[in-house]
Amino acid sequence: MSDGASETGRRSVGLTALSVLSVSGFLGIWFAVAQSGLLPKMVLPSPWDVVTAFQHSLYTPFAGATMSQHLVASLGRFLSGFLLAVALGVPTGLLMGWFAPFRYAIAPFFETFRFIAPLAWVPFAALWFGTGIGGPILIVFSGSFAAAVINTFQGARMTDPRLIEACRTLGASPWRLIIDVLLPSATPSIIAGVRIAAALGWQSLIGAELIVASSGVGYLIVQGQGSVETPIVMAGMATIGVVGLLIDWALRLVELSVTRNWRGA
Amino acid sequence: MNPDRSERPKALMIGGVCVAVVLLGWWVSSLSTDAMRMPSPQAVIEAAQQLATTGYAGGTLLTHVIYSMKLALFGFLVASGSAVVIGLAMGVSRTVEALIGPIIAFIRPIPPLAWIPLAIIWFGLGDGAKIFVIWFTAFVPTLINTYTGVRTIDPTLIAAARVHGAGTRRLLLDVYLPGAAPMIFAGLRVSLQASWMALVAAELIGAFYGLGRVLMTAAQDIFPAMILVAMLAVAASGALMTLVLVQIERLSLPWLRRPR
Repeated sequence: MSDGASETGRRSVGLTALSVLSVSGFLGIWFAVAQSGLLPKMVLPSPWDVVTAFQHSLYTPFAGATMSQHLVASLGRFLSGFLLAVALGVPTGLLMGWFAPFRYAIAPFFETFRFIAPLAWVPFAALWFGTGIGGPILIVFSGSFAAAVINTFQGARMTDPRLIEACRTLGASPWRLIIDVLLPSATPSIIAGVRIAAALGWQSLIGAELIVASSGVGYLIVQGQGSVETPIVMAGMATIGVVGLLIDWALRLVELSVTRNWRGA
Repeated sequence: MNPDRSERPKALMIGGVCVAVVLLGWWVSSLSTDAMRMPSPQAVIEAAQQLATTGYAGGTLLTHVIYSMKLALFGFLVASGSAVVIGLAMGVSRTVEALIGPIIAFIRPIPPLAWIPLAIIWFGLGDGAKIFVIWFTAFVPTLINTYTGVRTIDPTLIAAARVHGAGTRRLLLDVYLPGAAPMIFAGLRVSLQASWMALVAAELIGAFYGLGRVLMTAAQDIFPAMILVAMLAVAASGALMTLVLVQIERLSLPWLRRPR
């Protein structure tokens, strides 16, 4: 018995070692190839160049602003578009789940718009709202909205019908039914949808900034591409990845605290 | 979102009325608003005719659609093919998982579209850069689903196949692949839509043909009717490809078909 346990323990240590080896091997090969001079620096800068470019961009403006200023611009657009999508998408999804006529009225439009890639809105976004703040916000919105609606809709339909009947029998008003039964049972699904919406919105924002924007991290990397400054492009990509992870991590904390409250009650 | 059979006529009626009201509202409002901001229905129909017959931005509708679809499908096939193979390997072998998993976790948080500038530096504005970006976009969904599909196969099935003397090859073809197939197809659908989205984005940034190019040219010419036509063409092509994939799924997974 103890033999088997130690064997699986040894195996998992071996697997962890393998994982560490693979990541460090990946970084090592990258570093070695970049150092060897086989590829020019503008094609493959070494990890060290990327770190230096990142530090440099914190103090020296690139493409009109420092990295932190670009990041603030991106986050502002992201938050406006994402919050707008959640504020409109969650009620839409709830109504679609609870009232069939509303669902039938919305469905044809929803099914059409779903297939339009968020970035295909770029020309209209630029035409209607310009390239400053409004245009990118529309694209973040169109990236996030569908995920918020679909998940909320599924959550709204998940309520056990027996619960609803029990509440009605006990004389609950429609309002109490919504607050105490329908909304709580939909909440986990809504929050899952909000997390997906955030990830999609962040992705769409980067795409939008590549095309229509005059600031932001996406703009930074596309400007870096224009002047073939590969280290700054990679530093921007890494920043985008880390911020995306942080957004998801923050929402996961919200998810955990909310679902814990629900279970406790 | 599909209504029950008994509700279907009602759903169609309400949906139809709403679509008609919106179309009418669009027509009425386009009479009074600036044509440079909101194209009228007539202008859209004319733009569609122009794109379909005489062409726009270097080709007719058909050439643009075929060009874009060919690239998207090629990138999708390369990405999903490699993802299924690597996903199967990761699902079957803990060693492969330990080797490849961390690298994927390392690269994954970077949104695929953020690879576009790097792809242009590496491959230029041609097809290579687009296939590279599609690969990054479409790879992960299929990979994760294939891996999860393999891992959720009932272990008793695998043990039973082994006991009856199945070799690695038979085990892969007759147990792992069919067992994971429903999950794989779900991943493929996500990957296909992601490929299409990535391609349109890449074409918006730089391309010589394709629907993204039409969109961008129309935006530069401030030709809102053509923008709308191009958006509709993007949506319709994406829907068509998804529809074909769903049919392929139905045909290749006969054991999951529900009697209608």
